Amino acid sequence: MAEPLLKVRNLRTYFISKNSTVKAVDGVDFEVYPGKVLGIVGESGSGKSMTSLSVMRLVPGPQGKIVEGEILLEGQDLLQLSERAMRDVRGNRIGMIFQEPMSALNPVLKIGEQIGEVLVRHRKVTKAQAKKQAVALLRSVGFPRAEQIVDEYPHQLSGGMRQRAMIAMAMACEPSLLIADEPTTALDVTIQAQVLDLMRSLKEQNGTAILLITHDLGVVAQMADDVVVMYGGQVVEAASADEIFDHPLHPYTQALMASIPVIEEERERLQAIPGTVPSAADFPSGCRFAPRCALAEERCHEQMPELREISLAHAVRCLVVQGKTDRRENAT
Amino acid sequence: MSVGAPESFEKLQTVQPLLEVRNIKKYFPITGGVLRRTIGHVKAVDDVSFTLNEGETLGLVGESGCGKSTLGRVIMRIYEPTEGTLTINGQEISHLKGEALRKLRHQFQMVFQDPYSSLNPRMSVGSLIAEPLLVNRRGSRAQIQEQVESLLAIVGLSPEARVRYPHEFSGGQRQRIAIARALALRPKLIVADEAVSALDVSIQAQILNLLADLRKEFGLSYVFISHNLAVVKHVSDRVAVMYLGRLVELAPKSKLYTQPLHPYTQALLSAAPEPKRHVARERIVLMGDVPSPAKPPSGCAFHTRCPQVMDVCRSLRPELKEHTPGQYVACHIYS
Repeated sequence: MAEPLLKVRNLRTYFISKNSTVKAVDGVDFEVYPGKVLGIVGESGSGKSMTSLSVMRLVPGPQGKIVEGEILLEGQDLLQLSERAMRDVRGNRIGMIFQEPMSALNPVLKIGEQIGEVLVRHRKVTKAQAKKQAVALLRSVGFPRAEQIVDEYPHQLSGGMRQRAMIAMAMACEPSLLIADEPTTALDVTIQAQVLDLMRSLKEQNGTAILLITHDLGVVAQMADDVVVMYGGQVVEAASADEIFDHPLHPYTQALMASIPVIEEERERLQAIPGTVPSAADFPSGCRFAPRCALAEERCHEQMPELREISLAHAVRCLVVQGKTDRRENAT
Repeated sequence: MSVGAPESFEKLQTVQPLLEVRNIKKYFPITGGVLRRTIGHVKAVDDVSFTLNEGETLGLVGESGCGKSTLGRVIMRIYEPTEGTLTINGQEISHLKGEALRKLRHQFQMVFQDPYSSLNPRMSVGSLIAEPLLVNRRGSRAQIQEQVESLLAIVGLSPEARVRYPHEFSGGQRQRIAIARALALRPKLIVADEAVSALDVSIQAQILNLLADLRKEFGLSYVFISHNLAVVKHVSDRVAVMYLGRLVELAPKSKLYTQPLHPYTQALLSAAPEPKRHVARERIVLMGDVPSPAKPPSGCAFHTRCPQVMDVCRSLRPELKEHTPGQYVACHIYS
């Protein structure tokens, strides 16, 4: 396999205040390969969004801090860069799209000006050239009347159109990595299908790697090549998308898949996961999923499991699952 | 039991329906100019008819702006319909007001999407659940206290929850409180508007299971409004699909999900991402956006995006007609 484009090692992002330390991201590792989609799945409070903000170094301060780890983009550690050097990375080598295009776009700037701004900043083109390129970019994301759209304001566009304009802006400098945080969550299903199609074709045509953050297992199944499942600020399972969906191993991943209704299957009763997601300020000792886990043993409440590869490119953070494979290996 | 089976479906047709919606329209005026004169209408719900039997769940799906929430609010009589009749349990309530409406309200209750804004943050959970009982004078203080505790137990909360406030609870627990409040007066019908959409998937399953249990225990009927096709399939007996204020298809779920007739239903189903790899399915990606309900297209409102559009679709509006027993569709392809 090719060298990873983005390599995140032991990332820890904490929110430290006088009374508490919130471990939003607590020792996360993953890689994104060129031209591939890595999906990060998790529920609210799992730390998935804070992971993506950490990669862009946009963790809200002053309490939020990346306290440990490495974020290697093409071998260069982004955490060592100055704020000025980091501004040359954002929007240039890393493109970003967010869930709420209305709050991510500037409401008083025309669409064309906002896309052009990126090009003027990073590519040192003139304003006239930037506008011309903005039209071409808008056309490439599927706007038939791109010449008019450049002179329109965000409020004049529908939600799906705004999201496509955001994608055009993110792709303006042909970034090698696109970070998409819940890009279709605010959109209707038929519009979601359009945006996912567009992201897929960008990946295929430009070879852009995509870091896709979502809570929607359906979107991940459609889009991702590799999947990372997060729970309580940690990666609990990592594997190829085929592996995750066909042979999920971690009890949380399995429970998550059994808890959602599926159109293709008749499910009499959904398997709900009891309890709620733990608070990042007060994690249980031992495995963070243990209090809700049907398979939890005594040691799960005491000992924190490691994320360990138990078959080729399939890593799991679970003592019970690891114990089973160990016994099998000892037997042979 | 599947209500989708033809024989049982016909049997249910002969009994009096719990809810009858006949040609319901809800128009909102658009005002303009200095005199704030009405210059047009948003036809949020435009001539919708269906019935709901006792113990049945009807799913209502559609994208934002299709009028599904407005229809839910008309059924709840939060809005007065512009035209048409609404009958619950044999009583017409379309234009009732004040005390007359309040007397009947205990029969139909609503659960909203956002349990963060539908519960008064300054009331304790005990008083939130007791409020409908007090307003309707359902017993002495002690009796009401007892009922509150049993309602908390029914929705899976501990009796101590009574003295706490909504902000102390998670989203899923708040939705349980909202459900307990809706159940307090023992309604026959519950309209659930995106009741699980704001919840995390693992919590969503808890609430869906609770709704299913309550249905069995109290013989409830639901109108279940959602944009999520998989969730609607899970809870419903029959499903209605809405587009720009009108029903485009209405069918038992077994038929709707296996042989969808309307091109819009087909596109919606093909666009819903399934949490599975290797799903062999033809994907239909619709072009363009949903048109504004203030200026709906002529003829069939879907003709601007329909992959199978014909000339007649641009001028003539198709009626909702029974195509096969129990399956209704509004599309010229089938006439």
